Amino acid sequence: MLLQLLASTFRVSTPLLFAALGGLFSERAGVINIALEGLMLIGAFGAAVGTLATHSPWLGSILGAAAGVALAAVYGLFVIRLRANQIIAGMAINMLAFGLTPFLCKILYDVTGSTPAIPVTERFRSAPLYLSWAIVAACYLWLKYTAAGLRLTFAGEHPVALEAAGVRVNGMRWLAVLLSGALAGMGGAALSVCLSSSFSRNMTGGRGFMALAALIFGKWKPVPTALACLLFGFSEAVQIRLQGVSLWGHQPIPVQFIQILPYVVTMLVLAGFVGRSRPPKALGLPFRKP
Amino acid sequence: MSHARSLFLAIFQTRTSHSLAVPPAMKKLLQPLLALALGLACGLAITWAAGENPWHVLRVLEKSAFGSSYDIGMTLFYATPLIFTGLSVAVAFQAGLFNIGAEGQLTMGALAAAAAGALWPRVPSPLAPLLASLAAVIAGTVWGGIPGWLRARRGSHEVINTIMLNFIAAGLASYVALYLLKNPESQNPETPNIGAGYFIHQFAIFGGAPVSLALPVALLVAGFVWLLLWKTTLGFEIRAVGQNEAAARAAGIDAGRIRIIALCAAGGIAGLVGLGEVLGNAGRFRVGFSPEYGFIGIAVALLGRNRPVGVVVAALLFGALHKGAADLDLETEHVTRELSLVLQALIILSVSAEGLWNWLTPLRRQNLDQNLGSKQARI
Repeated sequence: MLLQLLASTFRVSTPLLFAALGGLFSERAGVINIALEGLMLIGAFGAAVGTLATHSPWLGSILGAAAGVALAAVYGLFVIRLRANQIIAGMAINMLAFGLTPFLCKILYDVTGSTPAIPVTERFRSAPLYLSWAIVAACYLWLKYTAAGLRLTFAGEHPVALEAAGVRVNGMRWLAVLLSGALAGMGGAALSVCLSSSFSRNMTGGRGFMALAALIFGKWKPVPTALACLLFGFSEAVQIRLQGVSLWGHQPIPVQFIQILPYVVTMLVLAGFVGRSRPPKALGLPFRKP
Repeated sequence: MSHARSLFLAIFQTRTSHSLAVPPAMKKLLQPLLALALGLACGLAITWAAGENPWHVLRVLEKSAFGSSYDIGMTLFYATPLIFTGLSVAVAFQAGLFNIGAEGQLTMGALAAAAAGALWPRVPSPLAPLLASLAAVIAGTVWGGIPGWLRARRGSHEVINTIMLNFIAAGLASYVALYLLKNPESQNPETPNIGAGYFIHQFAIFGGAPVSLALPVALLVAGFVWLLLWKTTLGFEIRAVGQNEAAARAAGIDAGRIRIIALCAAGGIAGLVGLGEVLGNAGRFRVGFSPEYGFIGIAVALLGRNRPVGVVVAALLFGALHKGAADLDLETEHVTRELSLVLQALIILSVSAEGLWNWLTPLRRQNLDQNLGSKQARI
């Protein structure tokens, strides 16, 4: 039973992991990414649409990632080029995704709820899970041992120095934001084409924000962030298992208390253990060429 | 190809060498108005891309919001909670805080008001709505105080905490309405009807739309917020912490305490939505009654530049938009009510994009903004 819970944890953490890695790139480059929720949602929608159209989950995921990139481009335009407040613009992008997905769903499939179900043969089994951990490893190596990774870190810590060294900071940030769109979109794809069988309305349910919390808890480093995602995934997996179970021999725990468990865990994690977590120094400050 | 590029650059290039000769008071008004126009235009372009005639869409919107006394009434009915949530978000913004949790705060407020009405149904009339309102304000204040305390004493950013509390509030409300205080007369997830003494007066001239005393209360609260923020020491401290925390600390202001107070106030104001919904409309708490008033409140606060007068005007506007979008769903083939979400998002993006409006500000101010950096928060 414990093994099943463990396997479930890994499966359920996959979308979180993708989104958190996307957030990692963006925030390490200095751009706060509250829009992960919206990017995931539109990625989930794009992947569902793509898989239904092409009957291949991989092609569907590519469409999902592309949808994420497109929305991230809008985000980047407002936040990097037009220097909007990153938190406000991020929330606006989320709202945009929440509004566009039922709108597009109605146009494509004539229903505003969920897309048609994807048959089980056309869905992923566990490929996104392995892919996500491969990306964690790649991310760790890239950030630590390559020059490009160092430049990304500089864009978030000391952009003036980076610009003086001849690298365009805003170009670096654009790449980071677009990459975060692709990764979050992939996370959404893992939600709609792997963990469930279609896109349903607002299916991300706060996972984008949990990914952000995992990022903060993981001190903006790939491996601790991945472990934090596992923690949130665990609380979600436990939530699924605990439904209907009675503690202390009386009535079963009300389902609502179990459903809010991941959110409570997120708050506790942020409140209790963050402590001296230090964000990238230039995080949130738009860069204007001096 | 180069024509397109130079056109693109012309639109988006920051023109630091010229600025428009507009009187300063006009500029403050112009930016949100232009942002509104831009957002609307983009939204209409989307409907056009979806196959609808944008003029038809505009006509439906206009008729739906102001066509008859019932329509105007419904617009006011939607605007009232938006005034509350807009003020809630605005007060928090003035302290430099992002209150994304207005949705959860209003849920707890409405739940508390309905619980008071259901648990003590025989309380007589003038006392009863006061009791319920007090319960609503207290519940909202607690729900705002939690992220305030967490930010002030543990340093965890209120954006994520308030969003988490939204989900938690929804879960708690669902639990209460389904198990603790279930309405015996109905299958819906809602609390029992409140006692007769709790209902507040509804204005009859709006042809059936449930415009109640909550509207004048909302306007009064807007007035109080203005008094608080601009005429009291506490309000000054709140704005000081929001504009320059380091200077405020140097002046001896306890930023942590101010943050807690600001978010408590924000939560309490948002809780008053329960007044209009429970006491002035449904007479009970219905799970999911709020069409995202909390999130629209963010757009209202931004468009209203975090000032009470602006918030009231923006709330009326978004109320009209909300009413219009609901009718759009019925009267067009492709446009759904979610278009209002898209429109709000576009308006928010337009308002907050500083680079778009640089040509409105004189050159001196631009350099100053550049050096101080815009008000950004860290997560």
